[in-house]
Parts: sequence; C-alpha cells; structure tokens
Amino acid sequence: MEQNPYIPIKMRLAKNLVETEDRNINTFTLEFLNKEDEENFKYMPGQFAELSAFGYGEAPFGIATSPTEPGVLKFSVAKVGCVSNALHLMEEGTMVGVRGPMGNYYPLEEFKGKNLVIIGGGFAFTTLRSLAVYMLDEKHRGDYGDITVIYGARNPGLLLYKDELAEWENNPNINLVTTIDRPAEGWTKHVGFIPSITEQIAPSSVDTYAVVCGPPAMIKFTLPVLEKLNFPPERIYTSLEMRMKCGLGICGRCNIGTEYVCKDGPVFSMAQLKELPNEY
Amino acid sequence: MKISKEKFGQSFDALTADYQIIAPIADVNGVNYQVVKNFSEVKQDYLNSKLPPKSFLFPQHEKLLSYKKEGKDVIVKNELKVGKTVLFGIRPCDAKGMLLLDKVFKNDAYTDPYYFERRDNTVVIGVACNKIAPTCFCSSMGISPSSSEGSDIFLIDLGDSYQVEAVTEKGKAIAASLVELVELTTEEQAQVDTIKNAQTTSKVDVATITSKLGTMFNHAYWDTLQEKCIGCNACSFSCPTCHCFDISEEVRKNEGTRVRTWDGCMSPLFTLHGSGHNPRNKHEARWRQRMMHKFNYFVQNNGDIACVGCGRCIKSCPVNLDIRQAIDGVNKAELVVE
Repeated sequence: MEQNPYIPIKMRLAKNLVETEDRNINTFTLEFLNKEDEENFKYMPGQFAELSAFGYGEAPFGIATSPTEPGVLKFSVAKVGCVSNALHLMEEGTMVGVRGPMGNYYPLEEFKGKNLVIIGGGFAFTTLRSLAVYMLDEKHRGDYGDITVIYGARNPGLLLYKDELAEWENNPNINLVTTIDRPAEGWTKHVGFIPSITEQIAPSSVDTYAVVCGPPAMIKFTLPVLEKLNFPPERIYTSLEMRMKCGLGICGRCNIGTEYVCKDGPVFSMAQLKELPNEY
Repeated sequence: MKISKEKFGQSFDALTADYQIIAPIADVNGVNYQVVKNFSEVKQDYLNSKLPPKSFLFPQHEKLLSYKKEGKDVIVKNELKVGKTVLFGIRPCDAKGMLLLDKVFKNDAYTDPYYFERRDNTVVIGVACNKIAPTCFCSSMGISPSSSEGSDIFLIDLGDSYQVEAVTEKGKAIAASLVELVELTTEEQAQVDTIKNAQTTSKVDVATITSKLGTMFNHAYWDTLQEKCIGCNACSFSCPTCHCFDISEEVRKNEGTRVRTWDGCMSPLFTLHGSGHNPRNKHEARWRQRMMHKFNYFVQNNGDIACVGCGRCIKSCPVNLDIRQAIDGVNKAELVVE
C-alpha cells in the first residue's frame, strides 16, 4: 500500500523566530529528521503543508521556503487559532508533524521568458517569498525577465523577512517596492495602500504575469488596477485560503463549485476564478 | 438458482468464523445494521434501516493515529486496523451509495487508506426490496428496488428461500460456499419477475436538474428553500452518500489520538476560517451547497448524481424538509439570465 497520507512526517522546530513587532507572526524553521523524508518532500512555490502541533491539532500553512533552500522548511504563521497559538509557544527542539506538500503551485513553466510582478500584502507574503527566492536562484534567474515585488504592510514593524528585504533592495536582479499604509517615523519609502502604489508604479503588462496574494480587500482593489494596466485575467494569479482539513480533496470542506482548493488550488488564475462561483 | 433460508442460515453462521458479519437487526431505535453472530438475529422484513451502512466503511468516529509525547519527542502510531467483513441485507440504494463513496475516497491524487482497507476487505450481500416505502424514490435515480449494482452477491427474498445471483468475483467466491443451490419453480420465477419489475411509486424528475442548477447559483429560490431548516445535519448523517468529515484531536495528558468524525455542510462552522471570514455564512448558501454538490458538482466531477433516493433525509428531517420537493422547486424555478 502506498504511504498513508494522514500520517505526518516528523520534523524538529529548529528556530521559532518572532517576525513582527506586534509579536503576532512567527517564522518556524523546521528541520528534516530523516534524509528519506527530505528527499520525498518535493515541493514548489505556492504549495502548503498541514502542520501538527501534537496535542492541539493540525492546520494548513503556506510554505515560505523555496525548494532551492534544502534541509529546512519555513512557515510564517499568524497567531489566530488553537494550532497556531500552540506553535507560537513551542520550544525550539520540539517535534512537529508535517503532511505535504499539498495543492498546486505557481505555474513557473508558464512564467518562463516573461516578466513577473509579485504583489503581496500583510503576512500573505509567505508563498510569494518562496516564489521570489526560487526565481532569484542562480539556476533559475536566467529563465525569467524583470522581477518586481510590491509588498505592503500596515507599518514597518509588520513587514516580514526584513533582512531579506534589505538584501533585495541592493540586488540588481529584483526590483523591490515596499510600502506602508500610513507615514511612520524613519520610513523613507512608499506610503499608501497596495492598489494605489501599484497604480503609481504602473508595471508594464507587456509579456508580464502578476501574482497577487494578500487579504481579500487588498486583492479586491488590486485586481481592477491590474486590469487597467492591461493585465489579462489569464496572466493574473492568486492563492485562495479556505478552511481545510484533510488536504487531499476528500473531506469536502474547501470546495468552490467543482474545485477543491486543497487539491486543485490554492493557486488559481483570475480567468479560472471568473468561471467559479463567488464563494470564497 | 435459489437456496433455502435454512441452508443459507447455516452458511451464514459458518461465515462468522472468518468474517465479521454486519446485518440489519431490530432494536429500540428501529432497524439498524449491527454485528451479528447468528442468522436468527437478522431482521428480514424491513423497509430500510434508519441509518445507512456507510458507517462500516466510513465510521462516524475513527482513529487515524495515536501519539505519545516524551519531552520534546513524539511517538506516532498508525491506527489503521481492519478485518474481513460481510455486509448482509444491503438494499440496492445503499449498495449504489457505496459505489459513489468509492469515487470520493479515491481521487486523481490520493487514495484514502482507511476507507479502502475496509472496502477491499468487505463483501456486500444485497437484498432486493419486496416492500417499498412512500419516501423511497430510487427509481428516479436510475436504481431500482431490485438492482444488483454495487452488491457482490444479490438475493431476492422468496419467503422460505433466496434467489441467489453472484455479481462479482468476490461474490462468486462466497456463493461457492453456499451448498444446495437448486432451480427455481415456475411460481417462484414469476415471483422474482414481479419483484424485478417493481418501481418506486414516488418519483422526481432529475432529467435536467444538473444543467438547471448550473444557472442557479445566484437564484432567489435558495432564500425560500432554506426557511424551515434548522441546520441539524440529520440529512447529511443519514445520507448514504454524504461523506464530509472533520479531523480533531482527543488528548489526555501526554497521549492523544487524532480522529475523524462525520461533519456536514449544514453547519455554519463547517467553512468558518480562522480569520472569522466564512464563505458560506448564510443558511441559504449552505442549502445551495447541499443541492449543488449532490446534483451538479458531484455529477461534473464523478459522472453520477450523489443521491440514491433512499428517502432517509426525508424521514429524519425534524422540520419535514423534503428533498423531492427541493428538486421539484429547482425544476420549477424561473430561469434567470445572469
């Protein structure tokens, strides 16, 4: 019999890093304990995994690392529910269960030879980080054109991966635009919401794909901007979030019409979403 | 070919040595499928069980794994344990229901090991319905009260004997253990023909429901349909094809089990996100989901309507919502051009 998809592999929490000033988002670095598990865990940017905090339960989280960063998986998780709270309080060295990788991923083959605009808001930046890191890897960078990242948070303290953002600012391979909602002391970069900053930056839609991930309101107001900039729905991708349990397209919780977000998603193009019932 | 019930009973009792046998028995709650040790316990004259036999393939509550925490380490144990089972006295609607569940628990990416370990180790002995309840409408769903589809062995009750049809290879192996199969008399053949020609009297028209529902996502019909519903999920739990579940943990000190339990789309918590957002936060949206899933999405994904016309949801509904009327309502709903 093939491997039981409900039994998690065991990983160890190597680092429990407080990521944001409000201490609401931590990044968990999980180490593979078993070489075979690491080899079997083949994933791509955009996929997610179910994390078990034994004694509390299991919940789905986007994978923040890229497959170009072997040995560990990172997850940036907001403290909202039973499992995420348990993970936040977990001591380094504790075992965590991982089931995955699950779901589909960003269509990196389709992106080849094109420019990319990556637009993220809040802590939804996790799988977008995975995507950017993957494309910036020297093995892959030549496959893509210009990479622009527009990333916003309510205030500077809420931006994720601050060290990495600082590095990207000086990296000629990527054009990083960060923004915060309202002016803050010491902040010299953009101020304003993602949709208006996107309009201001006005990335060219010629030979370009856009990937958008963030809170529903951000997505709702960013899409018309992209349409105004002539991005067709087939070249805009986003990730949906649903309450998922099994992650295998069986438990029936995350369906939108005929699609199961855990298996057929979470990545959908806007063209696909236009065909689905508006129930997400 | 037929076998006397006396001889059948002897073979049945002999099977208990190798199989767990589940059969309908009468108890204070009506007729239900339970483990039996002896053919004499089996209730033979019944319309349909209160709950479908799906729970023997997909239990209402089952352990997926157990674990023990030792400091920062965790020992995880797979809890998948399955024995050989015979499901006896399964009605054609329920046998078809199992074929539909097969399609759910195996998709293009995953096979559910808990369901299929049981399924592969289970023999289904179906029995035709000699009596038909007023809530039965299997004939409308492409099944009949004497349909052998989904059974490994199919029996027709002739009073003192059963007509026996071995439907699958699995069924043939069991049928081979039945001794003294004899030919039917002319009268018995006539009795079989009568049972085989029977249809449910209650009928609904599902000829165009799938395509009609495809145009009705934003229809006002859902507002009226759900008015009486109290969202108790009795319809889902008594349905042979409903299969949604939850996964949760039961913990005691440093030990625990991860369990899955039946869940249903009529509950507002079913789709509630951690953020507080709920994509189906209105009752009308949940009723729409129930109808859409059974009569449109499932058909698109699996080629069949996910309703077998057993009528249990009608019988078990505390506010008398009737899925046949819901279907009629869809048929009669005005088309809206969106």
